[in-house]
Amino acid sequence: MDKYECVCGYVYDPATGDPDNGIEPGTSFTDLPGDWVCPLCGATKDNFEKMDG
Amino acid sequence: MYKPIEIADGIYSVGCRDWDIRDFHGYSTYEGTTYNAFLLLGEKNILIDTVKEKFAEEMLSNISRIIDPKKIDVVISNHTEMDHSGAIPKVMEFIGKDKPLYCSKMGKKNLKSHFHRDFNFQVVGNGEQIKIGNRTFAFLETRMLHWPDSMFTYLVDDAILFSSDAFGQHYSGDKFFDDEIGDEIIPHARKYYANILLHFSPRVQALLKDVGKMNLKIDMICPDHGIIWRDNPSKIIEAYDTWSKQEPTKKVVVIFDSMWDSTTKMARSITSGIESEDVHVRLMNTRKWHRSDIMTEIIEAGAIVVGSPTLNNSIFPVIADVMTYIKGLRPQNKIAAAFGSYGWSGEAVKILNNEFSEMKLDIIDEGVKVQYVPEEKDLNKCFDLGVKIAKTLKEKLSKR
Repeated sequence: MDKYECVCGYVYDPATGDPDNGIEPGTSFTDLPGDWVCPLCGATKDNFEKMDG
Repeated sequence: MYKPIEIADGIYSVGCRDWDIRDFHGYSTYEGTTYNAFLLLGEKNILIDTVKEKFAEEMLSNISRIIDPKKIDVVISNHTEMDHSGAIPKVMEFIGKDKPLYCSKMGKKNLKSHFHRDFNFQVVGNGEQIKIGNRTFAFLETRMLHWPDSMFTYLVDDAILFSSDAFGQHYSGDKFFDDEIGDEIIPHARKYYANILLHFSPRVQALLKDVGKMNLKIDMICPDHGIIWRDNPSKIIEAYDTWSKQEPTKKVVVIFDSMWDSTTKMARSITSGIESEDVHVRLMNTRKWHRSDIMTEIIEAGAIVVGSPTLNNSIFPVIADVMTYIKGLRPQNKIAAAFGSYGWSGEAVKILNNEFSEMKLDIIDEGVKVQYVPEEKDLNKCFDLGVKIAKTLKEKLSKR
């Protein structure tokens, strides 16, 4: 599954998810809820870009 | 301009004092601020951070009292915000555009977005240790403390932490060290934390834990604003630990504005109710207090109470300003309640409650709203609300 990078540099890795905010490991970026925000800077999903490779 | 100060062997503070600034991007700076920069002499001459663009000449002049600024070999940028990077283009032109500029990965990206030119970027990673000339540095990425590019530079040999904006204070005076100014500096440091770092408190907690595990010896902390912590750096570290835990205390902040003094009367009655329970209270009229001073009072409070008249079916604009500001800084672990006078529709209390709910504050009462001018029974209700807030807070504190 693809990793996505936030404008602040945080990388969402589906393999680890975001357990602190109730996101199970194995959750793809596209499956994240619409109101999920970057755990580092608080930006919404549209501030993320798919990473190469 | 001041005589550059040797803060350790061959290490000088060469930054500038901005005596005049009173509004730092919406933060009130009654005593101005400083933009600290540090010159480290050695086999390689190193400059850590710079100053606001308009102080570039002054900083170069400070440096020239020690060495010819052209002899600077390396620049380290801990933070891209323009009060610290503004002079970088001028410095690089002066010392030679090809000289290395050390920064974090996000620092490179952000410096490019600011100055739209390439420098000889040398990106350093989290925990990376490198030798520059005869000095050894370790770099610590401190993302979102308080920008994506933020990092700390730790000078291993001298155990000095160049901490960027962290541990800073907006204060400009003739004192440069914690031992010279004493506890007088703490309210400035608290205000800085409340207005710049509070919303990143979980990151501060994580960082303090990481630094604790690393067993890092810290003899001196050099922030980019205000005084240097050389006598007792652990004092400010402990203060950051306390502030970032956001533990509530027996204190309530009542924030309000008013059109015809009706909401003022309500605010005063609520305040009396709180005081009757021996709980500390601060009553703050939003047109008399700057938002950044209100924020500073809030960080140690256990409850916030907000009063707004209803204007054009909404909350009062000055209250909206303050609420937007408070909300962005994400205070936690607080009790909240709303009140306000209104003419006909009276939406303000409901809007404030919605704001509290989004802020995840603990709303303990539906709030008190009064049409037009409060009479005695209304003011008694306000007094009772104050009592309820104080009692609930005391009960909450007793359980912690």
